[in-house]
Amino acid sequence: MKVPNSESGFAPTSVGLRVRDMRLGWDSKILVEGLSFDAAPNSWTCLLGESGVGKSTLLRTFAGLVHPISGSVFEGTDSETVIGRVAYMAQQDLLLPWLTATENVALGARLRRETPDLAKVTDLLHRTGISDRADARPGELSGGERQRVALARTLMEERPIVLMDEPFSALDAITRTQLQDLAYELLQDRTVVMVTHDPFEALRLGAAIYVIQTGNNVHLVPLIPPGTPLRDPTDPALRSIYHAIIAALSHRESASALRARTS
Amino acid sequence: MMKILRPMVVFTGILMVWQLVVWLFDIAPFILPGPISVITVAIERADTLVGHAGVTLSEILLGLLFGTILGVGSALIMAYFRQARSWLLPVLVVSQAAPVFALAPVLVLWFGYGIAPKVGMATLIIYFPVTAAFYDGLRRTEAGWVDLARTMGASKATILRQIRLPAALPAFASGVRVAAAVAPIGAVVGEWVGSSAGLGYYMLLMNGRVQTAAMFAALFVLAIMSVCIYFLIDAALRRLIAWQPEADPASFN
Repeated sequence: MKVPNSESGFAPTSVGLRVRDMRLGWDSKILVEGLSFDAAPNSWTCLLGESGVGKSTLLRTFAGLVHPISGSVFEGTDSETVIGRVAYMAQQDLLLPWLTATENVALGARLRRETPDLAKVTDLLHRTGISDRADARPGELSGGERQRVALARTLMEERPIVLMDEPFSALDAITRTQLQDLAYELLQDRTVVMVTHDPFEALRLGAAIYVIQTGNNVHLVPLIPPGTPLRDPTDPALRSIYHAIIAALSHRESASALRARTS
Repeated sequence: MMKILRPMVVFTGILMVWQLVVWLFDIAPFILPGPISVITVAIERADTLVGHAGVTLSEILLGLLFGTILGVGSALIMAYFRQARSWLLPVLVVSQAAPVFALAPVLVLWFGYGIAPKVGMATLIIYFPVTAAFYDGLRRTEAGWVDLARTMGASKATILRQIRLPAALPAFASGVRVAAAVAPIGAVVGEWVGSSAGLGYYMLLMNGRVQTAAMFAALFVLAIMSVCIYFLIDAALRRLIAWQPEADPASFN
């Protein structure tokens, strides 16, 4: 049995992620009301917000793990839902400690009771630079190595949409930069939506950035920084947008003023 | 090497102090026999002791087996059926609130003087720690693992088998370790209440005949047997969860 998107069946698609009129919350509290947002196909979109604004909940909703009260998440222009089309990468590497690196990369096949494509696993471990640790268990790997295995596992799934929840935030600065570069290079043909609290990371990786603002309800302020990723966030040309982002994050400017300034 | 040597030194020290106390205060042998006479009696009656030890050992092992099977079954049922949880959990708590030892005479009444009521006692004592620990382990699966598995298209049954079960093994191991430590208590209490064989039975018999040294010898055999069971089970469990990184509590300082 093969999943539709797997292996040779997968080709770079022209569909992105569409969110329409999403209403999200629990019995007593509405977190998000009327949220609509588009992620461009085959590029990186960053959702930038402070801790505790519900970034993870938003992402888990996009992944189909949390059901919105109303509204929908679609893949691209066809009105099919995203179930079965997303790969998910979290802040914790979520490696299973009782499996080796190889077995962790092949986890999807194991969970779907398919025979894993071991040649592909080996290739991905090679491309993520950890082929020499293929038989190591997560307990023997460093934080950076673990996140590399997690990246290989994400790539193994061959899904058109990749949702990332601060995947690099637990790493030290050098390792983080290395992994950002690696992930960007390997995920160029996917639609990537990444939530992060780090303006540097968003500027570096995001073709488009949405700043998450809270108030009575969550809304997204779109920003398109000049240039294409990977950008250098210390570039003086990006200074004004960096300040705009900081201002938007700390609510010193209203959303409309921010839009006027960055457009 | 030091790991074995240190407890040996302590143990030998205790035996020496004991013998010294017996000599110095001239304690009557039917109150407290010295270790030398206990060891002598143990060697003299080795055959008898081994026979009784075999009975007690099979009670303990069968109790461990049944208690673990029942505990694992109950934990799985409670973790997977919300309805069953509300029925089973109070039963579990009450079964522990009622002193299990008080049930020993009833078990002997029902199952006779043979091995069955002792196995029953051991099973009852083991059931709770295994169930509680394993159930707890099953409930505390890392939520991210389940999320990940769901985006990968795993069924609920697969998530149980491939993720929840292995993830709960360390908790299960803790439960079984406690069980291994308390199982001999169940067997011996069962033997005290009514039996015709076993180390507990032999201890009471020797006590009645004022052969205190023989009683101590039986006690020693029981202690050594219990320690061996504990360490064998501990070693097996370590092998089962070899992937779990060892955390030395002292290293947290």
